[in-house]
Parts: sequence; structure tokens; C-alpha cells
Amino acid sequence: MSEIITVPHAKIHEYILEKFNSGYNYLLDITAIDYTQYLIKQEEKFALLYILRHQEFHEHIVIKTYIKELKIETISDIFKGANWLEREVYDQYGIIFKNHPNLKRILNHKEFVGHPLCKSYPITKGQLLHEVDDLIEEMNSRLLSKNVVCKLESGSFSECNKDLMFLNLGPSHPASHGTIRTYVALDGETVECAVSEIGYLHRGFEKSCENHTYNQIVPYTDRLNYCSAISNNIAFVKTVEEMLGVEINERIQAIRVMLLELSRIEDHVVCLAAVLVDMGGLTNYWYMYNPREDIYDLLSKLTGARLTNSYMRVGGMTNDLYEGFEADLEEVIKKVQYGVAQTLSLIKHNRIFHDRTQNVGVISAENAINYAMTGPNLRACGVAFDMRKDAPYYGYEKYEFDIVVGSVGDVYDRVMVRFGEIDESIKIIEQVMQNLPEGEINIKNASITLPKKEAVYSTIEGVMNQFKLTFEGVKVPLGEHYSSIEATNGELGFFIVSDGSGTPYKVKVKAPSFTAMSAYPEIIEGSQLADAILTLGSLNIIAGEMDR
Amino acid sequence: MELNSPSLEVAITTKLDEAIGWARESSLWPMIFGTACCAIEFMSVAASKYDISRFGAEVVRFSPRQADLLIVAGTITYKQAPILKQIYEQMSEPKWVVSMGACACSGGFYDNYTTLQGIDKIIPVDLYVGGCPPRPEALIDALLSLQNDLRTNKYNPNRHKDFKGLLDNV
Repeated sequence: MSEIITVPHAKIHEYILEKFNSGYNYLLDITAIDYTQYLIKQEEKFALLYILRHQEFHEHIVIKTYIKELKIETISDIFKGANWLEREVYDQYGIIFKNHPNLKRILNHKEFVGHPLCKSYPITKGQLLHEVDDLIEEMNSRLLSKNVVCKLESGSFSECNKDLMFLNLGPSHPASHGTIRTYVALDGETVECAVSEIGYLHRGFEKSCENHTYNQIVPYTDRLNYCSAISNNIAFVKTVEEMLGVEINERIQAIRVMLLELSRIEDHVVCLAAVLVDMGGLTNYWYMYNPREDIYDLLSKLTGARLTNSYMRVGGMTNDLYEGFEADLEEVIKKVQYGVAQTLSLIKHNRIFHDRTQNVGVISAENAINYAMTGPNLRACGVAFDMRKDAPYYGYEKYEFDIVVGSVGDVYDRVMVRFGEIDESIKIIEQVMQNLPEGEINIKNASITLPKKEAVYSTIEGVMNQFKLTFEGVKVPLGEHYSSIEATNGELGFFIVSDGSGTPYKVKVKAPSFTAMSAYPEIIEGSQLADAILTLGSLNIIAGEMDR
Repeated sequence: MELNSPSLEVAITTKLDEAIGWARESSLWPMIFGTACCAIEFMSVAASKYDISRFGAEVVRFSPRQADLLIVAGTITYKQAPILKQIYEQMSEPKWVVSMGACACSGGFYDNYTTLQGIDKIIPVDLYVGGCPPRPEALIDALLSLQNDLRTNKYNPNRHKDFKGLLDNV
């Protein structure tokens, strides 16, 4: 279980500032817990949690504060990334952040009444939205703060020197990845101001988790980052296994590492295919997407599903690798390498590609950290933070590979870092497969993993075991825990509160896309409209993970 | 000509219907309303392995005004619902709607406060494709069955006249 530091609510701003100055300058997540139905009586009904990471990246701390009134000081003046995170807590729990610059709903729609993650809110109570938010108010305050418009004495606004045009990018357009809406003020083709609205794919993952047993949640995690489903499975079961305090053997670890890297390739391939299409390079799409089909074939042979695999279980996985898997994998890797080589030969020395991507959509390393960006997006700025190196798990320290970093933090770097990571992932997969340990693919513990089918059909103990585990779920000891892995888009973490039953009391996902997206409006301001589209593609925002 | 003779007129009318049916069948322009995982599977449908262009529906439009087949691929939340309705209304007649995947058909396993329990609560649907997400073959199958129906003129233009969705004013 994570060690949790409790701080009185009046001192939270001061305490976090102090921690920030002592090197914890990376805000992972903010969330709240509604303790009203918790087994053990807590100090207050609500608590807020802040998860910070140290600038050396090796360690993280969890800070908790109980609040009596639903009000607390904002920390968005310390971390830019806190802005959206606090809005989410306000939206889901109704906690007011004093002095927050723009405290309004973020995931739920503007006509929504109530706060869905409060225990008193019924899970199936849906509310219709009749008219979409026009975002004009938010845009006006943004324009004012950037001195693009002046406020007249009558209270209306006037455009200073520019002839502005307002335009909605998305949410229904493939270049906006289906569900991301950005409202922009254009001067000619230059984006003067931008505000983004998310939440169009908010599917209530966290509330649904409170209603299902641990193993039933695995299919839900598939659909967070649907481009690399297995890595979500692994991040979730890893957290639960750590709470249970069980060790998994080397074979399970090795298979998980291999599948994590395969999903990383799978995700990068589709991101790169899409970003090149956004640029007009359609040919690359076929080269990059075809190997993804081959990965699908391999995964459906292994797990039974192409996209949403649900392959992991608490304590292991559904089934072992099939006979001939290794040969199939080799074949797939060859095809990936072919696709990557073909695409690189088209773009590597291509003037158009360079002109369109270099120095476009730049974010500085300092800013990226302040926005709590992770993964390839952060590494493209030159920050060598990779969980696989800095806080290794599943024996990553045994494998030889490099962290790929950029230097400028532009679209070019983000694209090239992903190309580089595909190569590194292939290296890791090869090392795993050369030396794949023998062993069981599930831990032997009757209270965690299902019994063998023969035992279920022939013995009463087996039947009871199967029945109890299926109906009541794996019983996780009381406690609160945060754990994370290096997923494709960055640090993917789960914060779970257990009340000792087979169903989690609360689950919170630390989604890398969410924080990356919160930086997006600032990145595109001042750039060309066409470059804004490209920037969004290169950040690889996955809506399922961002909106949950 | 003999076209003016009453017996032939009937024959020509049928032929015209068939001709229109044939034209519609082979020139479907899909508009993909992709939001989630199903949209990724739609990418597979469009990519070279499954290649929807083999079936004469590859001109994927992203403007509803240029499309006549709306493929809703992915979860539709209450927040997204008014946008879906607007897109549907912007498409000109004749138009058809395919609901792709469990979420679009019924809300899928997201039986909660934010997910619309099926897009047919908002807009009329002609074809449902099950699966979470459906395999590309399933979508191609839906397309073929729609084309078959178009060829045989199964669709009555007034079939959804009495449809009333949750967002339609009563």
C-alpha cells in the first residue's frame, strides 16, 4: 500500500509549494474520495489526494487532506496541470477550489445537475443535454487575458487591431480524433486564442468500477486506451496485485513485458499513420497500418480479440502462449520493421515533411513538466523520464534498451521519438523471447485465481472456489494504493481504494492523455491552423483514456 | 416511339426504380461519426486488408452534406448526443444510418449516468452491427446487406416519418 502523508486542509497550498520547491515539481494527479459509505469511519466525509513525483522521477508521494467544507485553496498557481485536474474534481465531487481561474465542469455537460462520483449519486441516472456549450465566455476571458480584445465601458468587447474569425474544430471530425473540440479565434490563418473542451467520450469508467468486481473491471480498462488495450490491463492488475501483496513469477512478468512492448508498437504505429495522414501523406498510412493488422492477427490468435483483448487477470493471465507463437511474433516484427523502413524512406529526407513539422507545435521542457506531460511527448522535449528506467518493474532493468529523446519538443521530435521507440521495443521483445522463463501463468492462490476446470467439474471445493471468486470477486485488503507503469502515452497509473470487499471502493486513473491535452491550447496559440491539427495528432490524444 | 404505349410505360417505371436502386447501391458515400474503439476498427475497414473500396463505398466524407450513409462508430454520450442529431439533420435525403458496435446500439456495458443507451433514442437507425468492437467483416456484411436492400428498393423514404427522439421537441 502507498504511504500517505496527511496534511491539514488549511496548510495544503503551503505544503505543496514547499514540496514543489524541494523537487517534487511534477503533479501526477488530483482526486477526491467520498467516504460516506466507507466501512471505517474517517475524520471527515471527503478527502482530497494529491500525487506528486520528484524531479529525479524515482519516487512519488501521496498527500491527503480531509476537508470539512467542500472548499479548498487551488494549486493551479503552482502547477499549470492542476487547472484541469481541479476542474475534474469539482465536476465529479462538487469540491470548490478557491481562486481557481476557470472553475467549471469539464467531463460532464453544462446542463448536468449533481456530482456523479459522490456515493449518493445513482449510477444509472442519466441527464440529457439539449444544447452544446458555446464556449464564448471562456473564449472572451482568454482573449481579454491575452490583450487580443479590449473591454469597452459599455461592457462589450472590441477587437483591438485584428479581424478575428471564430471557428469550431471538432468534435465531430477525424482530425480532432472524434471527440475533442477546440474553439479557436483566428486572425487570417493564425490561431490567436484557443480553448478546448473535452468530455465527449466520458463513459463513466470510474463509477462503473465501483459497481464491478476486480476481474470484471479488466474489460473496462481495455477501452481506456483502445489503441494499446493490453497495457491498460497490465497497469490495472499490477496495482491490484501490489495491494494483495502477491509476487508473480518470472514467466508472467516476462510475458507482460513482451506484450507491453508489443502494444507500444501497436499504438505508435497507428499514431504515426494518423499524424502523417493529417499532413497529407496518405501513402504512409498503408505502410504503417498494415503491420498493425498483422499484430491484430497475432493477438486474436493469442487472446481471442483483435482490439479489446482483456488478456490479463489478477494474479496472471487467461491462457499461456500458444505453440508456434514465437515464430508468428518474429514474422510480425519483420513486417513492422518493413513498414517502418518504408515510411522512413518516404519522410526521412523529405523536405515537405521537415518544413511541416520542424519548429511546429513546440513545448519547452519546463512547460511540459509543469503541465505534467509524460511519455513520448515529454521525452520529445529532451527530458529522459521513462518509468522503465527510473522506477523499473517486471525486471525491466534486465533488458538493454535506450530512452529515445528529442531536443526541441516540436512535432518532428514527437514523431521521431515514436519511430525510435518502436525500434527499442523490438529490442526488448527479442531479449524477452530469447530467454523466456518456464513456469505457470497464474499464481497458485485459491483466493485469487480460478481453480482448474477439472477441479470445478469433479470436486465440491472446486465448485465453491469458482463460485465465490466469480460472484464475490478477489478480496483485496483494506487500503489505498497508487501504482503506475510506462504505458504508450506516458505514465499510466491507477489509484485504488479498497474497503476489503471484492469490489473497489474507488478507482482513479492517472491518464497521460488528459494532462497532455490540457497543454494543447497553449501550444497552438500563435501557430497556423493547419499546424494545430498536426500538433493534436502528434500528441496522440486517446479520447477513451482522457475522458474515461 | 413505342414508349408511349401504356403496357411499356409500366415496364419502364420498374426499370427506372431498378436503375436508381443500382445507382444508390454502388455510390454510397459514408460519413463516419467515429468516437471510440469502433472508429479504430473502422480504420481497419478502410485500410488495405479489408478495403471497403472493393464494395463501392470508399469515398468517406467528413462533411454530412456530402454523405448519404451515416456510420456511428463508438460510444455516444449525453454530451455528444445533440451533435449527433445535428449531423444527422444536416445530411440530405435519402440517407441511411448504421449503428456500429454495442455502445451505439444499446449503450453496451456502459449502463451509467453518462452514456446514451443506444443512438436510436436520438436518431432513427436502419442497421445495427453488434460486437465490442465488431470485426471489420461485420461492418462489411452490414454494408452488403444495405446495398442488397437498396438494389431491391426495400427502403421506404417515409419509413422514419413518425420517429420521435429524446431531443426532438414534443
